[in-house]
Amino acid sequence: MAIGDLGKVYQDGEEIICEGEQGNCMFVIQAGEVEVIIAGEGGQEIRLAVRREGEFFGEMAIFDRDVRSATVRALGEARVLTVDKKNFMRRVHEDPSLAFRLVETMSRRIRELGEEVARLQKAE
Amino acid sequence: MTDKGLQLDDGSRVGVIGGGPAGSFFSIFLLDLAERMGVDIQVDIYEPRDYTRPGPVGCNMCGGIISESLVQNLAAEGINLPPTVVQRGIDSYMLHMDVGSVRIETPLQESRIGAVYRGPGPRDLKEIKWGSFDGFLQNLAIEKGANVINQRVDEILWAGDLPQIKIRKGEPHTYDLVTISVGVNSASRKLLANLNFDYEPPKTTKTFIQEYYLGEEKIQEVMGSSMHVFLLDLPRLEFAAIIPKGDYVSVCLLGEDIDKELIANFMSSTEVQNVFPPAWDFDARSCNCSPRINISGARQPYDDRIVFIGDSGVTRLYKDGIGAAYRTAKSAATTAVLQGISAEDFKEHYWPACRKIEIDNMIGQMMFMVTRIIQGQQIARQAVLRMTANEQKKADSKKRMSMVLWDMFTGSAPYRDIFIRTLNPAFLARLVGDLAISVTGR
Ligand SMILES: Cc1cc2nc3c(=O)[nH]c(=O)nc-3n(C[C@H](O)[C@H](O)[C@H](O)COP(=O)(O)OP(=O)(O)OC[C@H]3O[C@@H](n4cnc5c(N)ncnc54)[C@H](O)[C@@H]3O)c2cc1C
Repeated sequence: MAIGDLGKVYQDGEEIICEGEQGNCMFVIQAGEVEVIIAGEGGQEIRLAVRREGEFFGEMAIFDRDVRSATVRALGEARVLTVDKKNFMRRVHEDPSLAFRLVETMSRRIRELGEEVARLQKAE
Repeated sequence: MTDKGLQLDDGSRVGVIGGGPAGSFFSIFLLDLAERMGVDIQVDIYEPRDYTRPGPVGCNMCGGIISESLVQNLAAEGINLPPTVVQRGIDSYMLHMDVGSVRIETPLQESRIGAVYRGPGPRDLKEIKWGSFDGFLQNLAIEKGANVINQRVDEILWAGDLPQIKIRKGEPHTYDLVTISVGVNSASRKLLANLNFDYEPPKTTKTFIQEYYLGEEKIQEVMGSSMHVFLLDLPRLEFAAIIPKGDYVSVCLLGEDIDKELIANFMSSTEVQNVFPPAWDFDARSCNCSPRINISGARQPYDDRIVFIGDSGVTRLYKDGIGAAYRTAKSAATTAVLQGISAEDFKEHYWPACRKIEIDNMIGQMMFMVTRIIQGQQIARQAVLRMTANEQKKADSKKRMSMVLWDMFTGSAPYRDIFIRTLNPAFLARLVGDLAISVTGR
């Protein structure tokens, strides 16, 4: 890690978030890439997405109280910064517009999911 | 005087006087929000400093700590601070007292605090390796569409109801809104002479900053990536820190009118000497300055078409001034785009954000008073040291004192939150226990 790097460096394949665990923060990728995976039927892994520099992940933990819905691992070396739920919510309470980017990202992801569902239905 | 209904519309012009963090943050968020709302606004930032030049011409004098909460909030805003600007990611801090020192790790063993220079670096900088923090923000404002005018503003004039900005050799420019973010260190009386409302600037006190060149390797060896904080029994000293950057370290003293005697006492203390390399020559400094810091907020920092933000409005007591500049700048920008630009609008939607900071500062005053008592009582210092050291030794213990000190020194949480945590029965019981050990010696 360079001396001016913020966040924490994860090595290739290292787990950042584990599916089923309780979460109280989200993450912002400072450098590198991560993959989002869920355990499919029969135990094989399904890669849902790859997130890149500047993108969020683990943001659902900020809004719901459920466990982590997926596992996230570093794809190559990745540097990631934690955004604590408490800090974020305190600030959103004061300035709701802080959530704009997050809501924007989440709505884009929902749109992508919708498109994916439509594509899969067509393929069936 | 107030006229609710004043709005920014397509083609509106906004003049920002002062392009430090507050002015740049304001411009970034104003332009971003205006774009989201489909309103086309023109923003001119007047800033005489050149952030590409080392030394005073490019520097807005401060300790350069970007707090944990600000680093996180900016990341959530999509502003990630790059290692080309952050000179060192701070991963821990060392608390030094006459009774001993203790190292406190960041939560999650992560570099969560950024150490930066506001300009490219001290006066004797030979090679520019890192960019200026203020320059980084200014470039973001330019990317958003702001126009930077590299001039000092001489006067604010009026053309009927509209404010005008006048530089020394030039015609005045008329704006729909003028945002004043001139800080507390270089604003002239003349600038504000034509403001006919109840604004009163913040009260300030003198501080001290000194820079030393050690080189990256030496810093790593003697200080690491820890911020070094001192609780010493020196009268009038409120807070002292040594902050490692890339090749330099900043010594930063805050308190009541820091003078030569206090500086000499601090520098010659064993605790400070132990942090520097052996036989260090303390006269071999690269740069020093005595900037002013706010000890109270401004009165009525707004009127029709005028708003004061950052240090020239209201900021946090002693800590996280840049974080407060972000908060007031964003609140003023949101008010201007979504609500309006009349005194009524600012009073209703901007002033509460300032008041919140002011009320928190009152709690902060009290917390610093308690810190002063600890500073003056050896028994209390021993108890704090023991409690913190024990927490740091046990991996799974609740780090109550460590987190109170961490947030108090780094400015990462509101003073109110820290205060509430000190009322926790478990925290008090432990502290009383450690005080008892200090008194009885067992
Ligand atoms: C000793 C010390 C240590 C500090 N340490 C920290 C720290 O570690 N972390 C932290 O977050 N905060 C710290 N602060 C506080 C921090 O410096 C301020 O809160 C912050 O700089 C406020 O930003 P600002 O934009 O309001 O004002 P400034 O940063 O002061 O910027 C004001 C700008 O206005 C410009 N200007 C002034 N007059 C005119 C004019 N007439 N025309 C055009 N432009 C003008 C100036 O050139 C300047 O660029 C510290 C302060 C001091 C004194």
